[in-house]
Amino acid sequence: MCLGVPGKIIEIYAAGGLRMGKVDFGGVVREACLEYVPEAEVGDYTVIHVGFAISLLSEEEALASLETINELIDLTNELGPEPGAP
Amino acid sequence: MKYVTEYRDADKVGRVLDDIRATVTKPWVLMEICGGQTHAIVRHGIDQLLPSEIELVHGPGCPVCVTPLELIDKALAIASMPNVIFTSYGDMLRVPGSGQDLFSVRAQGADVRTVYSPLDAVKIAQQNPDKQVVFFAIGFETTAPANAMSVVQAKALGLTNYSILVSHVRVPPAMHAILGSPQNRVQGFLAAGHVCAVMGYWEYPPIAERYRVPIVVTGFEPLDIVLGIRDTVRLLEAGDVKVGNAYARAVTFEGNRPGQAVIDKVFASCDRKWRGVGMIPQSGWCLRPEFADFDAENRFQVAHIQPEESPLCIAGQILQGLKRPVDCPAFGTECTPEHPLGATMVSSEGACAAYYQYGRFADAVPEHAAGDPAAS
Repeated sequence: MCLGVPGKIIEIYAAGGLRMGKVDFGGVVREACLEYVPEAEVGDYTVIHVGFAISLLSEEEALASLETINELIDLTNELGPEPGAP
Repeated sequence: MKYVTEYRDADKVGRVLDDIRATVTKPWVLMEICGGQTHAIVRHGIDQLLPSEIELVHGPGCPVCVTPLELIDKALAIASMPNVIFTSYGDMLRVPGSGQDLFSVRAQGADVRTVYSPLDAVKIAQQNPDKQVVFFAIGFETTAPANAMSVVQAKALGLTNYSILVSHVRVPPAMHAILGSPQNRVQGFLAAGHVCAVMGYWEYPPIAERYRVPIVVTGFEPLDIVLGIRDTVRLLEAGDVKVGNAYARAVTFEGNRPGQAVIDKVFASCDRKWRGVGMIPQSGWCLRPEFADFDAENRFQVAHIQPEESPLCIAGQILQGLKRPVDCPAFGTECTPEHPLGATMVSSEGACAAYYQYGRFADAVPEHAAGDPAAS
């Protein structure tokens, strides 16, 4: 139920008094309500839940989190495999 | 797909699992709140990849599962009335009431329609002015802004034929109920990422402090989940009871303020029964008096309905993390997705459905999970 699908906002418009938009989910395009992300612009990535954008995705935070994993990888490369590992 | 593919990278997941193995020194019991996370964990076998010290117990975060039986029975009664179009998220249609489910009511001629968004239900009301359109407004905080907006929109459009049957539940009161129980085994929480996308996580530091448990906001992709577990284990090993955020690309401390404002405009806190669990004080949202006209329980005469639960079903204990689906004698025998006894076997987020779908029968029980709960 609380599934949220990330997608890219490709169009923003008003319909029925609400701020709406078209969102591209890797090739599948659906309409979504953008009332809760008033700062959203075309090109932004958002999480869509039951037809509503509930959050804008932060590229900065995404990169920072992936960077911490790359650091784990680098450390292992530097230290070599664990003794006894195949 | 950006923000998806990189979080399903097996190599990265493996590195984080290595980091967890290097960090953990003693047994810990963690609960993932959200049923969506339960499914991802079982689907990707994350629980089986973790070191044996870490036990994951599944939480109550399946709105379909915890929607109280009397509300399902009320939904069935309303849907069966003439001149009604009953609309619902698809997940609810197969959930058993006392006697039948929405699918069987539809088969008997009722106009029951699944909608993707509550705004679709409002559209149906606009297109059918001679019918009463009712939307089954279930969900946790994640879904509340959408359900609330449907009422705001119906009011703005002057619709008098739209109402909602409300069964909203909230995560923090459920965490209090779990942690305050004398049977509690949970030592750390993975908080539900999309609930926090809406609500932020400002409500969690007092819970972490009061019960001395770390809480880490966690996403839904395999990498998100192992990162949430890693951060929780680090806090546990360090004896730290902070609230962390392992899903920062989607969640801020404050959450979605416009969403919270519309929730607050439409809904007020109320006591709510959770199916299988019982009443949790102030754990739900109900329509505020100014929106009482949109309350389906007021509009239709359904107050007399008395539910009857299957005596075999242990969903309540599963939803509290006290038992696992394989502990139930009916699991996979009397109770299957085709003939469910309880909602946890039906919903796409129910723990029983996840265990059944991914072939987790009794032989897959990890050793440490079968022991004396007091020992952990």
